Amino acid sequence: MKKKLEDLLNFAVSEIENVETENDMNLIKSKYLGKNSEFTNIMKEMSGLSIEEKKEIGLLTNEFRTSFTECFEKKLNEIKTEALNKRLENERIDISLPGKGIKTGSLHPLTHIRMVLEDLFVSMGYDVVEGPQVETDDYCFEKLNIPKDHPARDMQDTFYITEEMLLRSQTSSVQVRTMLANKEKTPIKMICPGKVYRKDDDDATHSHQFMQMEGLVVDKNISLADLKGTLLKLARALLGENTNIRFRPSYFGFTEPSYEVDVTCFKCGGKGCPLCKNIGWIEILGSGMVHPNVLKMCGYDPKIYTGFAFGVGIERLAMFKYGITDLRNFYTNDVRFLDNFSRKDVK
Amino acid sequence: MIFSKKFVNEYIDIKDKNIKELAEEMTRVGNEYDEVGPLVNATKLVIGEVVECSLHPESDHLHITKINVGNEILDIVCGAPNMRNGIKVIVALPGAILPGGTIKESTIRGAKSNGMCCSLAELGLDKKFLTEKDINGIHELPLDAPVGEDVIKYLELDDEIINFELTSNRSDLLSVLGLAYEVGAIYNLKVKEPTSNYKEVEDNFKDNMTLSVETEASQVFLLGNATDVKITQSPSFIKNKLIASGIRPINNVVDISNYVMLETGQPLHFYDADKVGNCLKVRVSKEGETLITLDNQERILTNDDIVICNKEKIIGLAGVMGGLDTEVTEDTKNILIESAQFDKTLVRRTSKRILRSEASSRFEKGIDVKRTYLAMERSKCLLEKYASAKISKDTIIYDKSDKEEKTVEITLNKINSVLGMNLTLNIVEDVFDRLGFASEVKNETFHVNIPSRRLDINIEEDLIEEVGRIYGVENVEAHLPVVPSTPGYIDKYLRDIKIRLSSLGLNEVISYSLVSENNINKIPSDKETIKVKEPLIEEKSILRQSLIPSLMEIYDYNKARNNKNVSIFEIGETFYKENDKYIQKDKLGILMSGLYINGVNNMIETDFYYIKGIIENLLNYLGYSKRYDFEILDTIKILHPYQSAQIIVNGQNIGFLGRIHPNIYKENVYICELDLTKLKEIKVGAIKHKEISKYPSIKKDLSFIFDKEVLSKDIIKDIKNCSSKILNSVNVYDEYKLNGTRSLTFTLTFLDEKETLTEEVVMKDFNKVIDTITTKYNAKLKNM
Repeated sequence: MKKKLEDLLNFAVSEIENVETENDMNLIKSKYLGKNSEFTNIMKEMSGLSIEEKKEIGLLTNEFRTSFTECFEKKLNEIKTEALNKRLENERIDISLPGKGIKTGSLHPLTHIRMVLEDLFVSMGYDVVEGPQVETDDYCFEKLNIPKDHPARDMQDTFYITEEMLLRSQTSSVQVRTMLANKEKTPIKMICPGKVYRKDDDDATHSHQFMQMEGLVVDKNISLADLKGTLLKLARALLGENTNIRFRPSYFGFTEPSYEVDVTCFKCGGKGCPLCKNIGWIEILGSGMVHPNVLKMCGYDPKIYTGFAFGVGIERLAMFKYGITDLRNFYTNDVRFLDNFSRKDVK
Repeated sequence: MIFSKKFVNEYIDIKDKNIKELAEEMTRVGNEYDEVGPLVNATKLVIGEVVECSLHPESDHLHITKINVGNEILDIVCGAPNMRNGIKVIVALPGAILPGGTIKESTIRGAKSNGMCCSLAELGLDKKFLTEKDINGIHELPLDAPVGEDVIKYLELDDEIINFELTSNRSDLLSVLGLAYEVGAIYNLKVKEPTSNYKEVEDNFKDNMTLSVETEASQVFLLGNATDVKITQSPSFIKNKLIASGIRPINNVVDISNYVMLETGQPLHFYDADKVGNCLKVRVSKEGETLITLDNQERILTNDDIVICNKEKIIGLAGVMGGLDTEVTEDTKNILIESAQFDKTLVRRTSKRILRSEASSRFEKGIDVKRTYLAMERSKCLLEKYASAKISKDTIIYDKSDKEEKTVEITLNKINSVLGMNLTLNIVEDVFDRLGFASEVKNETFHVNIPSRRLDINIEEDLIEEVGRIYGVENVEAHLPVVPSTPGYIDKYLRDIKIRLSSLGLNEVISYSLVSENNINKIPSDKETIKVKEPLIEEKSILRQSLIPSLMEIYDYNKARNNKNVSIFEIGETFYKENDKYIQKDKLGILMSGLYINGVNNMIETDFYYIKGIIENLLNYLGYSKRYDFEILDTIKILHPYQSAQIIVNGQNIGFLGRIHPNIYKENVYICELDLTKLKEIKVGAIKHKEISKYPSIKKDLSFIFDKEVLSKDIIKDIKNCSSKILNSVNVYDEYKLNGTRSLTFTLTFLDEKETLTEEVVMKDFNKVIDTITTKYNAKLKNM
């Protein structure tokens, strides 16, 4: 009996080895364990045996069943896995085909720069204020200490609409509005970004319309050192932490003292190259301490208050930051140009 | 203003200063420059003597010459017509670098040529300084010129110049003396003012001349007299300084007036005394009066120009240019010298209208009265010395100017608090001393005497600037203001819309606010347009009221460059005038054409519903979901009459969208414009969580076939109207057109917030919907 079961198991194992389909597996199962199988017959024969023999044969049959099942399940698993793998292989796709969906849009490079500046200054406590582009001569010049026929007006040839109305040539008019609107004459920290217009022919470095951002701080004890610190922060936020700045005395009617501000050339790092005309510095800003006449005209007592103001051309910053050599690119809006700015930038 | 090192060196010793370093130092204290370098940019030029000269056998104009340059005799081929034996010439040796290139040993038509004979033009001098002869022929040096010597030194052209771009407040730097004081402040050097010695002749000039100043516009007017002048060429030191300063030498008399102007900053005018007569008058012109100026141009005057007249007529446009009739010529014998002050605003206006001159650019920034007197004295001195003039003892003086000395007081504390520095009294005193400002200190307060040449210094802040720039603003330590810092306020409305739209695949553009008449007419408006008075060009003369024409121009630009897939938007200001008020509105414009969705077998072109979807997406994002509507629109001419719609938010018209009329673009181009200023005024509530129903919803689809034009939104409205409140939503699920009929499939979602719906309850509503729609629209129910 024992021999019989051992032989039977050997037969079954070798037969299982050669099966290839799930269907054949089922046939084998019924062949060896089914109603008419030899194994079932052996089980049936057991009824006539003694208790001792039953015990012995019972152990042997259990052993047979366990071994058979183990071998069977292993093979069945193999067959199933193989079948699944085959099916998956048939589902193979070309993962190199492009993805589906809408193309990536973009923000205009000037918007990118403006956002960086706005976020920086808002984090330092500055309000962002906008104002009308059709402005009065009074707010754009007179209240900024640049009376009619003042030579400083030559620097900004202006589009006039009437004798009194003009297209603002600087966003400083918004500073005037903010100071006048502040009835309690509390301290001011503000920036005013926006479009300005000057009578310049459009070329690689000039545009009759451009984007400017000016800033103003008015409080007690505001000094040039504060202005310097603020502009250093601005330059580094935009052009990198290794950037340095240089103040050069200059003249703008609404500030006294006035300074033009250079940054270290980001192309050569200050060593001198064609971009910076070999001086290592590039001019990007105008700034200064608010002229006492301006404070006075806007209702702040210059004996108590001091302030600083600065202005920067966004196009110029964008040109340097992105390496754009022709300013007209910003306004012709070739989509291939715009697509350059569809990604998040690194600092 | 051009800085000539030789000229400035007359008044302050800067011989040993490197010109480039000097230019950088001047920049540091606030005076920017354009160019710096030698006046003549040429090397290896020597004086040569032509010792042999014959015609080149192979040419009709070339000469073969032998030229002695001191240490050797060079073979040189020269094409100049005036080349001949015995003359002394400028020789560029092999290796010489000229503005036109480097000179090399060469062979010209078989003849050796080891150098070049030069004209003055070839040295790089501006054409305006040269005669026809200087340009066409080689320059002939005097016969006693020392052979082999450096030509530039010999011609006294060995000057170095800096071309400054000065700020408009520094009128004092429009004089060589002023430049000398500025350099003196930098290097702590003293300036020696020029002296004026001449012999005065007793005559009856004062008795024979009347001067009347009939306008406030001239506060100082000095009139001097010089007789028996000999008109000739100026000595080379005058000529070369004028050339270095960018002014063309003419003759000794004219050159002296320019020389003194450069020196003192006070423009002078010399009249031919015999042509003026015995009376001079200063007044303001009357509208329509005329004058022929020195440049032989008739000038028509307004009632705002200052003029100089004699008995008969106007003979000069004060501060700008003299008249032709009284000009100093080769035949002039006697001269009237005018040194005067004119109102800077009036001169500025006149010169802006008529002509910017060296004189007007100085007058319009203001002139120190002391210089008005100095210039008179200097011109007399130089006229005697270099034009053999006899100088009348008397000067006719009209002077109403304010002579009060200017003193500004400032405390050390004020200086330090504005600059954010800790300067000592001594440092500040030293700065004032370097600047030549006499100062006295009492109780830490400086009483500073401002020299009259510094018209720009009037208040404390001006002195602070001086201290800052001379001491060095680079020494100010940077720090951030200590102001209680909470984050500032920013309205991110427009920015958020931009980010949303760029995430929806659109490229942001920025275009010009000033547009053409033609551009404006594309989207007609009943609002008054705003025009600028004197536009640069007509294409940029009117402020736009719509962004659409600009977007179309950008589309055209891209199309011409084969960029056919264009999906762009702009958020920009538009302008109009209403009741004398200038109105500015923010608008959003979108233009889409070509592919919008990419992917293999899935390239999808933009159509009406994509641009509409973008607008819906945006309006939902802004919180207007269920508060907007699209209505048929056929009033905008540039749009397809059956593919355009008005956008209504909360019952207000805020914009439009549609396809551009096929007459304009054959291809599909869609546009949209929203008035964001108006939209922003329509208030939106804060986000609020709404409890999600615990009970399941039941969805049912319904298809109708229509044989007439219907709007899906009308049907949805009717479906909603005829149902009970368990109808939660209705959506169009499918549209299908066949043989003139159109089928629409709707998905109806039923939901009860309080209990589970039964099929029975839902069917009651469902059947009612079928009845209503089939009856009202004569529609057929399609079997599902």
